[in-house]
Amino acid sequence: MAEKNMVEAINDAMLEEMKRDPRVMLLGEDVGGGGVFRATQGLRDEFGPDRCFDTPLAESAIIGVAIGASLNGIVPIAEIQFADFIHPAMDQIVSEAARLRYRSNGGWGCPITVRAPYGSGIHGGPYHSQSIEAIYGHVPGLKVVCVATPYDAKGLLKSAIRDPDPVLFLEHKRAYRLYRQDLPDDDFTVPIGEAEVKREGSDITLITYGMMMHHSLKAAETAQDEDGASVEVIDLRTISPLDKKTVLKSVEKTGKALVVYEDNLTGGFGAEVAAIIAQEAFEFLDGPVTRVASPDVPISPYAGVLEEYLLPNPEKIAKAIRDLAAY
Amino acid sequence: MVSVRESPTELGLSNDQLLDVLYKMMLSRAVGQRERMLNRMGKAPFAVTGEGHEATQVGTAYALVSGKDWAFPYYRDIGVALTLGQTARDLMLEFLARGENVSSGGRNMPSHFSDPKLRIVSGSAPVATQMPHAVGTAFAGKLRGLDEVSMVWFGDGATSKGDCHEAMNFAGVHKLPVVFVCENNQYAISVHWTKQMAVENVAVRAQGYGFPGVTVDGNDVLAVYGAAKEAVERARRGDGPTFIEAKTYRLVPHTSDDDDRRYRSREEVEEWSKKDPIPRFQAYLEEHGLLDEKTRDELAKKAAQEVDAATEYAENAPLPDPETALRHVFAE
Amino acid sequence: MVTVKDMPGILGLTDSQSLDIYYKMVLSRAASARQRVLQRMGKGSITYSGEGHEATQVGTAYALTPGHDWIFTYYRDVGVVLTIGMTARDVLMAFFARKEDISSGGRNMPSHFSHPKLRIVSEGAPVATQLPHAVGTAFAGKLRGLDEVSMVWFGDGATSKGDCHEAMNFAGVHKLPVVFVCENNQYAISVHWTKQMAVENVAVRAQGYGFPGVTVDGNDVLAVYRAAKEAVERARRGDGPTFIEAKTYRLVPHSSDDDDRRYRSSEEVEEWSEKDPIPRFQAYLEGHGLLDEKTRDELTKKAAEEVDAATEYAENAPLPDPETALRHVFAEEEVA
Repeated sequence: MAEKNMVEAINDAMLEEMKRDPRVMLLGEDVGGGGVFRATQGLRDEFGPDRCFDTPLAESAIIGVAIGASLNGIVPIAEIQFADFIHPAMDQIVSEAARLRYRSNGGWGCPITVRAPYGSGIHGGPYHSQSIEAIYGHVPGLKVVCVATPYDAKGLLKSAIRDPDPVLFLEHKRAYRLYRQDLPDDDFTVPIGEAEVKREGSDITLITYGMMMHHSLKAAETAQDEDGASVEVIDLRTISPLDKKTVLKSVEKTGKALVVYEDNLTGGFGAEVAAIIAQEAFEFLDGPVTRVASPDVPISPYAGVLEEYLLPNPEKIAKAIRDLAAY
Repeated sequence: MVSVRESPTELGLSNDQLLDVLYKMMLSRAVGQRERMLNRMGKAPFAVTGEGHEATQVGTAYALVSGKDWAFPYYRDIGVALTLGQTARDLMLEFLARGENVSSGGRNMPSHFSDPKLRIVSGSAPVATQMPHAVGTAFAGKLRGLDEVSMVWFGDGATSKGDCHEAMNFAGVHKLPVVFVCENNQYAISVHWTKQMAVENVAVRAQGYGFPGVTVDGNDVLAVYGAAKEAVERARRGDGPTFIEAKTYRLVPHTSDDDDRRYRSREEVEEWSKKDPIPRFQAYLEEHGLLDEKTRDELAKKAAQEVDAATEYAENAPLPDPETALRHVFAE
Repeated sequence: MVTVKDMPGILGLTDSQSLDIYYKMVLSRAASARQRVLQRMGKGSITYSGEGHEATQVGTAYALTPGHDWIFTYYRDVGVVLTIGMTARDVLMAFFARKEDISSGGRNMPSHFSHPKLRIVSEGAPVATQLPHAVGTAFAGKLRGLDEVSMVWFGDGATSKGDCHEAMNFAGVHKLPVVFVCENNQYAISVHWTKQMAVENVAVRAQGYGFPGVTVDGNDVLAVYRAAKEAVERARRGDGPTFIEAKTYRLVPHSSDDDDRRYRSSEEVEEWSEKDPIPRFQAYLEGHGLLDEKTRDELTKKAAEEVDAATEYAENAPLPDPETALRHVFAEEEVA
């Protein structure tokens, strides 16, 4: 066992996968020097500049070249420096990577992993803070993972690298160095598409992912201490494909569902979760399926006071728990 | 402009190969015409073909080793697909969206070729997206120490896209074995090249990426082949990419949904019909005693029969099972 | 490379304009250095600054008519905005993310400038996205028969982006009044230019778009000014775009979050410090009798005082009201 934070766990996952499989390589902007978050630290020294590869500053090319390389015996991990910068590559991700297998009737596959730090809370302003999971979670043929803990990050990144299809791997950058966790020394994976109950409870099911999972756990403790409400917290971990089973099983038990996400409210991925619960667990519900999210403004402004005002936090979540518990 | 007017065999092609090149061009023409006819008869909703581009398509593809080198065609490249080993039957099955069509099982539009065994990579409709993919396979080949070449075809419109620039720059920086083939037919659907670029020859851009760009007469199949052969050899020996601009003309509308009379004069089309690459190559071969009327007629007949048989087979082939529409979203 | 070794007056600059250029460079340096100090003191989350780029930034911007021509900066262009008319106070207000910060009211990161009256257009952080915007204002100007010029600044990394190509091609096809300024400081964060492009001078790409590209010594402010002046005149008379590549060097890390020791040697930085554009222009002015020690010290003092006053004002200025975070998503009704 060794204690690691999330960015170290991600670094370890890549290191171990690149050792395990010589086809695995990493490409992106500044990755050779360790990357702006140090997630690729040491990989160029270990594997050489060909396998830890500095590309020109061109996101569409990073993804497009990764797609081509994946067709010819390479297992690429493409790093997009910030999720906010992924948009020029949307054509390559949505129209190419996610459609290649389908449009060729299974003739071609595209085993690429696209890693991107995402999320608010580091004074990143409107271009180093975006949540992009709802945009890409809508796309068939693409798997979308949102990690928030060192264990899940390492296990899921390994699964993503080994997956035969494209995976968008979103790493909440505020969670990079906030938490440490003991990780097993031996090889382990966490399957894509499985949620995890991070805290058991009986009164309310709280469904969340990313940084909000940490805030939700705090809020659940507060609700327990102050109001005696027992909240079950589910970390989705994978946005697409969504683990409906774990969500529905819990809601059937508690009868109440609270969905918490950092992205702005309208059309956020929590809306999909809420719709599934409304449609498939209607008989079990004792209160309105409720969402806590950011207001519908571009998330997030640079000034701390503005950013804090917008983002969900443990207090706002605890209040929503209280309101829902009152039903 | 490079043009080849010396002896027909100076490029290393045997007499049989020269006739094979001609046949591929004739077959491409026959397939394209048949598809447009079947579309007008209501047998398929859509046709996109490349009549006029045959010298460019066959001439470039002929320089590759089929099944070893990587091919990234765009939706006009019937001649490329046939030269690399797809058959008229493959194309007709695709055109009629039959279940057994190798390109897509009826999912993609016609002329969006894919054939994993031949390393023809599935293409999409957004323009220029295939260019970084070609760079990617070349990149992988270089990392893996292989001697495979990637060739990618696109129109003049594609040169305006960011992906074209990003792909060429990436290939240039890392000296990758890629051949970029611009089939410059002067129109991006209705938009004339003068509204697409402010340069006479778009091949000049290659020097901005540190590799050679060459402009060839795209209706002269041997000129095209010569340029492609050189580019492929250069790529294979590790000297990096080449950009080939083949100036040609689309003798038919963009697609079966397009009416080209609204953007170009009949006189212009007529003028370019006189430069049709097929009669031109036939005359050249006849001049050099490699083709006579009898052989020419036999080849024409053979192409027609191949297309007839392909059409008949494809028309009677089963449609895709509807529920297959749910398959192949992810690996099975 | 174009370099200017003639008398300053040859470019049409008066003596006081030459000193003004010098002052803008000194002020840019002072505003940047101050921000980095304040950031290290924990008074701001991040800084981006352009020490080393002053000749390129001031030299190009000086060729424009402020308020008339259009400005599309990137996040290193302190020298551009100070030349066009923003003040040290404006720059520091953005650094402290204060309520009255003209650029964004505390929404954008520091050095992401915006000033509608000066036609400095708000920028995002993704690289090269502002290039098509500059082409767009020039396009509108041409359609409307105006004689405005758009100038857009970006780094060497930006030249790899699709947007750069699409913007230059569009401008070339329609002969638009745009000046593209590449501040080629040889590093896109940590990535050396040889991994960014396979050509010695990226300005050669301009000919692929049908307009001239010129490479200048970006640490020689008069060489830069001359190239910019020519480009602006050319654009203004309807002859179309120009691409200026100014070769320079960033003497500081990419941002306050960057450690440049991991990708370049201190010898290299040292070597470029010797080519620092400010002492260089100073020596040039002194050599031509336009500057003496007394004036130099006065200007240095003036810049320091301006930055001091700006810092004091900005530090004491109020924070944004939290609920303003909800405003300006869409146009608001005019309040009478």
